[in-house]
Amino acid sequence: MIRFLLNQELRVEQDLDPNVTVLNYLREHLGKTGTKEGCASGDCGACTVVVGELEGDRIRYRTLNSCLTFVASLNGKQLITVEGLKDNGQLHSVQQAMVDCHGSQCGFCTPGFVMSMFALQKNGTGYDKAATEEALAGNLCRCTGYRPIIDAAEQSCKAGSQDQFDRQHEATLAQLRKIQPDATCELNGADNRSFTPLTVADLAELYVTHPDARLLAGGTDLALEVTQMHKRLPVMIYVGNVAELKTVDTFDDRIEIGAAVPLTDCYDVLSREYPDFADLLHRFASLQIRNQGTLGGNIGNASPIGDSPPALLALGANIVLRQGNSSRTIALEDYFVDYRVTVQQESEFIEKIIVPRAPTENNFRVYKISKRLDDDISAVCGAFNLQLEDGTVTDARIAFGGMAAIPKRARHCEQALLGKPWDDETLETAVRALAEDFAPISDFRASKEYRLLIAGNLLRKYKMELSAPEQAIRVTAHV
Amino acid sequence: MALVRQDLKTGVGRKIPHESAGKHVSGEAVYIDDRLEFPNQLHVYARLSDRPHARILKIDTAPCYEIPGVRIAITSKDVPGQLDIGAVVPGDPLLADGKVEYVGQPVIAVAANSLETARKAAMAAVIEYEDLEPVLCVEEALKKKHFVLDSHQHKRGDSAKALASAPHRLQGSLHIGGQEHFYLETQISSVIPTEDDGMIVYTSSQNPTEIQKLVAEVIDVPMHKVMVDMRRMGGGFGGKETQAAGPACMAAVIARLTGQPTKMRLPRVDDMTITGKRHPFYVEYDVGFDDDGRLHGIDLTLAGNCGYSPDLSGSIVDRAMFHADNAYYLGDATVTGYRCKTNTASNTAYRGFGGPQGMVAIESIMDHIARTLGRDPLDVRKHNYYGTEDRNVTHYYQTVEDNQIAELTAELEASSEYQRRRREIAEFNRQSPILKKGIAMTPVKFGISFTATFLNQAGALVHIYTDGSIHLNHGGTEMGQGLNTKVAQVVAEEFQVDIDRIQVTATNTDKVPNTSPTAASSGADLNGKAAQNAAITIRNRLVAFAARHFDVTEEDVEFRNNHVRVREQVLPFEELIQLAYFNQVSLSSTGFYRTPKIFYDHEKARGRPFYYFAYGAACSEVLVDTLTGEYRMLRTDILHDVGASLNPAIDIGQVEGAFVQGMGWLTMEELVWNQQGRLATNGPASYKIPAVADMPADFRVQLVENRKNKEDTIFNSKAVGEPPFMLGIATWCALQDAVASVGDYRFAPLLDAPATPERVLWGVEKIKQAMARDAVVETVD
Ligand SMILES: Cc1cc2nc3c(=O)[nH]c(=O)nc-3n(C[C@H](O)[C@H](O)[C@H](O)COP(=O)(O)OP(=O)(O)OC[C@H]3O[C@@H](n4cnc5c(N)ncnc54)[C@H](O)[C@@H]3O)c2cc1C
Ligand code: FES
Ligand code: FES
Repeated sequence: MIRFLLNQELRVEQDLDPNVTVLNYLREHLGKTGTKEGCASGDCGACTVVVGELEGDRIRYRTLNSCLTFVASLNGKQLITVEGLKDNGQLHSVQQAMVDCHGSQCGFCTPGFVMSMFALQKNGTGYDKAATEEALAGNLCRCTGYRPIIDAAEQSCKAGSQDQFDRQHEATLAQLRKIQPDATCELNGADNRSFTPLTVADLAELYVTHPDARLLAGGTDLALEVTQMHKRLPVMIYVGNVAELKTVDTFDDRIEIGAAVPLTDCYDVLSREYPDFADLLHRFASLQIRNQGTLGGNIGNASPIGDSPPALLALGANIVLRQGNSSRTIALEDYFVDYRVTVQQESEFIEKIIVPRAPTENNFRVYKISKRLDDDISAVCGAFNLQLEDGTVTDARIAFGGMAAIPKRARHCEQALLGKPWDDETLETAVRALAEDFAPISDFRASKEYRLLIAGNLLRKYKMELSAPEQAIRVTAHV
Repeated sequence: MALVRQDLKTGVGRKIPHESAGKHVSGEAVYIDDRLEFPNQLHVYARLSDRPHARILKIDTAPCYEIPGVRIAITSKDVPGQLDIGAVVPGDPLLADGKVEYVGQPVIAVAANSLETARKAAMAAVIEYEDLEPVLCVEEALKKKHFVLDSHQHKRGDSAKALASAPHRLQGSLHIGGQEHFYLETQISSVIPTEDDGMIVYTSSQNPTEIQKLVAEVIDVPMHKVMVDMRRMGGGFGGKETQAAGPACMAAVIARLTGQPTKMRLPRVDDMTITGKRHPFYVEYDVGFDDDGRLHGIDLTLAGNCGYSPDLSGSIVDRAMFHADNAYYLGDATVTGYRCKTNTASNTAYRGFGGPQGMVAIESIMDHIARTLGRDPLDVRKHNYYGTEDRNVTHYYQTVEDNQIAELTAELEASSEYQRRRREIAEFNRQSPILKKGIAMTPVKFGISFTATFLNQAGALVHIYTDGSIHLNHGGTEMGQGLNTKVAQVVAEEFQVDIDRIQVTATNTDKVPNTSPTAASSGADLNGKAAQNAAITIRNRLVAFAARHFDVTEEDVEFRNNHVRVREQVLPFEELIQLAYFNQVSLSSTGFYRTPKIFYDHEKARGRPFYYFAYGAACSEVLVDTLTGEYRMLRTDILHDVGASLNPAIDIGQVEGAFVQGMGWLTMEELVWNQQGRLATNGPASYKIPAVADMPADFRVQLVENRKNKEDTIFNSKAVGEPPFMLGIATWCALQDAVASVGDYRFAPLLDAPATPERVLWGVEKIKQAMARDAVVETVD
């Protein structure tokens, strides 16, 4: 059984197929058709809804793609849809701004934009262009060219008026408190089951009992198996409510990030330590996806083109794997074996990711190359981390995504650098060594020749950035 | 009296919001998939060919029926009426008939109580093929003369002679990519069988009349049995001009066979796999020019990749040819268009309808000439502009009247500070080893009218009810472009009433029959005029009546700001309507319009296919990373001509949206097929349309002011749907400018389109190699 608020109304679902997405639940089960399907793959944002979660005595509002969210993850939360925004027949200030600024043409993308803007207004403190672009990067509009939509965001953020959600804040808080789960909950329907444990011990035990279960974190990858590959997931264990997996702890020598921490919640700690990593996260998918997706899921899906693994490999990150009551810590690079094959055993899962703290001379840089700057999968993602002493390379960790069947370190390239003077001759030798490390493939994202060429060029760029940090040589840095 | 002196606040020329804006933002606007379903609703899923070209040996649908919830599985044999749904000429079987000709062609259609069940059942069918040799590449098709339709040629003067005697001569070739429409709402139709063997069809289509005709044909009933209703589309862009028909007809056949209401909505990946796109083109050119870059002669081959069937390719390749001049006098010209057949989805209408491809060809030539001569491409462009007195006849013998391209360019050149910025960019590039800036300014001249002349007609229907409220219906379709709003403004203006008095209702074949598709940017031009015609008919009746009734002359009756003034007396609009009703005056009228002046003689390849031209120009500045090929749009200035705007807010929205779409086509939107002819970029995860950060960081859009259309169009406005799409070419040329800077602007990068980061980087590499070769030659010298 799951309980949640739909706008202000309490809903209890007993018998519901946990393979149903929030989008289909809204449209097909409840006949609430304001939320649209444009792709069912998380790419267009037409299905954007806002979820409110209890965080102490505040409610945190986040956008997410309802097409990739399974219903079970709503338990204990507030789901806000476009239908909930009008108040007493009056348009909400974000809706009114869209009308005033001519922000809709065909209107099909509009409810999604409205929801993104609503969350932006709720979370923000006035208008900020960068925050606006970040909030809207996961919403595609084919008609307008976006200018009027940005104007509307500006208008509504500046207005930022009190709305019914503010007025009902206390009542909503009380209701949310009442429906917070206090034990593992289960949702069953159509012969499919899902479990939502609250502690890591319960999770470990459940996974031992149900070794065939699929772990569901943000679902931004897993849900595609249902919506795009049309598979059925008979048993799922949702890790998003496991308290221990949602913490970020900073120690003297390391940062420990719980596997189920949404990517959005990794920005702060990472941007303090490794600004480039935080920049990478800002170009990782879209805000909706980052609000849902996790670092654990990004590693756990073992994709060769995941963005965080190359960065984590270059940083020398470790992961903690847990199975039942036992756990082991391994280097991330030992986790990936082959195309979508890992060392993870049956019933074993990632508990946390351990990232070393930045040294005083922080030479970590990461570059993502894709056709579109925002919300695109990398053709190549290259991460570099050298230690230099008196102009000589004393340590080298270089890793790439998109260059092999797994995210992989460039061992030959690293060898060509180690112990050598950090000069152009060494650089060119190291660039040539990349051809020994990688034999990339051609696909619709890029040709193998391009991949190899830019892998080398990224190393060249890295050297330039280290030697002349003041000169902007990224298109994203140019203002 | 004061009231009557005031102007109408919602008439023509006002920035009124889209008629559905309030419903868009609240989620209350109803799209077809949002309609309430029936208890016995069926959902259709089509099983698609996974072969590019094959004979079908066997289809066994028996396994489909083993899935609970399945109602029916049909093949081409089950279609009661005509199988072919080709728009102009046959070639598009509703379901594959004996052979398949592309990966993605529907072979069987299965209906069940849910889409998921229908899909599962469709995948259970057994289909056996014998593979045939496919043709997947347009160059191969051209070489083998593998065409879907005959070729066509425009010829003026003797291009061979002009080429031979010109001071300079260049040859080249170019691939221009296609484009997925990516309307946010995928193709969908929902049908309900009615008594008398009829059918009500709710469809997301730009072409209700054609849907009506094709549905009637496939279920074998006369057209009057079929009623098509179209309230709004979630985007069309040409993709729903002909290709909405497949889902509508499949649903209709199944509804006929089962007697149940039936819906077919394409999941995104299926939509992208089944339906055609903007035509990719392959271009070859041979040009002769003088020291100023002015063309003496041109021999241009435009080979459109039409996919497996004709669809609208006849007119689309024609329009590419009609726009191969863009704003330039070509000199002695031979322009030949080929309609190549490949084993891919049948390519179709897409905003600009071939025009953009023709223009990209000539703009690429302009850049090529400029680099060869070492001149600023803008100079070369200006030297080639059509004149006003001479050099003003196109290669298809239409005189370019009211040519404003030179003025418009001058104005934009000044307001965008092109010359100053060009100097600054050269300086920036000298100082910046990795990041390079580029700038380009390109013109647009786009011909308005359907080139199939008979389509230039429209109808409308206006009723005034006894309370003074007005019902307006017209043959155009609303896809987001604001057509309903504009047409309502026209009627509001004619009756001098506020727009909220007017209800525009769903386009409906019962209300206005025999309509043309809403396409060729013609929506407001044609339907606005037709609605105006209907409104004037009623108004004239009202004036005549009022003159009689109040015993004054007709000149004494004036409609103004929701009132009617009869000499000194002022009465509210609704009062006059009441009076008229009680005095038995008809308050309903149809309206009709046909475009004057236009004709085209296909035999002679001469005529005046266009009523007028719309003009515009864009100046774009970009930043390129020469190590990775990545880029950003820094600034774009646009000046665009819409005549006297019916609604500047809507027109600016069209200009901006079209520009960004055009930019997407030429930059990040890349269609990739694999060796087996399967579209690899079949969803938004792999096919990237511009997102918010791709819009130029500094975006300045202006409409040309105080410049009415000289032709008698609706309130002297100009069409705006398509022309600004081609403003996006400026970004593509700016990228090439940035790349050319690497070689001191001495070599043309000659990138194929789209200029993805990868292509841009290869362009940089090519220039670097050319520089290296040059350096070797110089040292040898
Ligand atoms: C539109 C879109 C854009 C995207 N863009 C990017 C991008 O730019 N860069 C990028 O790298 N990725 C991208 N992705 C992929 C995806 O969002 C990320 O991989 C994300 O980090 C997955 O996290 P999740 O929590 O949603 O994983 P889920 O979908 O919940 O899980 C993914 C897989 O990991 C397993 N898993 C989850 N948690 C654990 C755990 N604790 N231990 C072991 N296994 C686990 C699951 O069982 C599943 O097999 C994109 C996806 C979409 C839909
Ligand atoms: S429907 Fe496109 S992101 Fe969900
Ligand atoms: S208004 Fe049509 S997609 Fe945005």
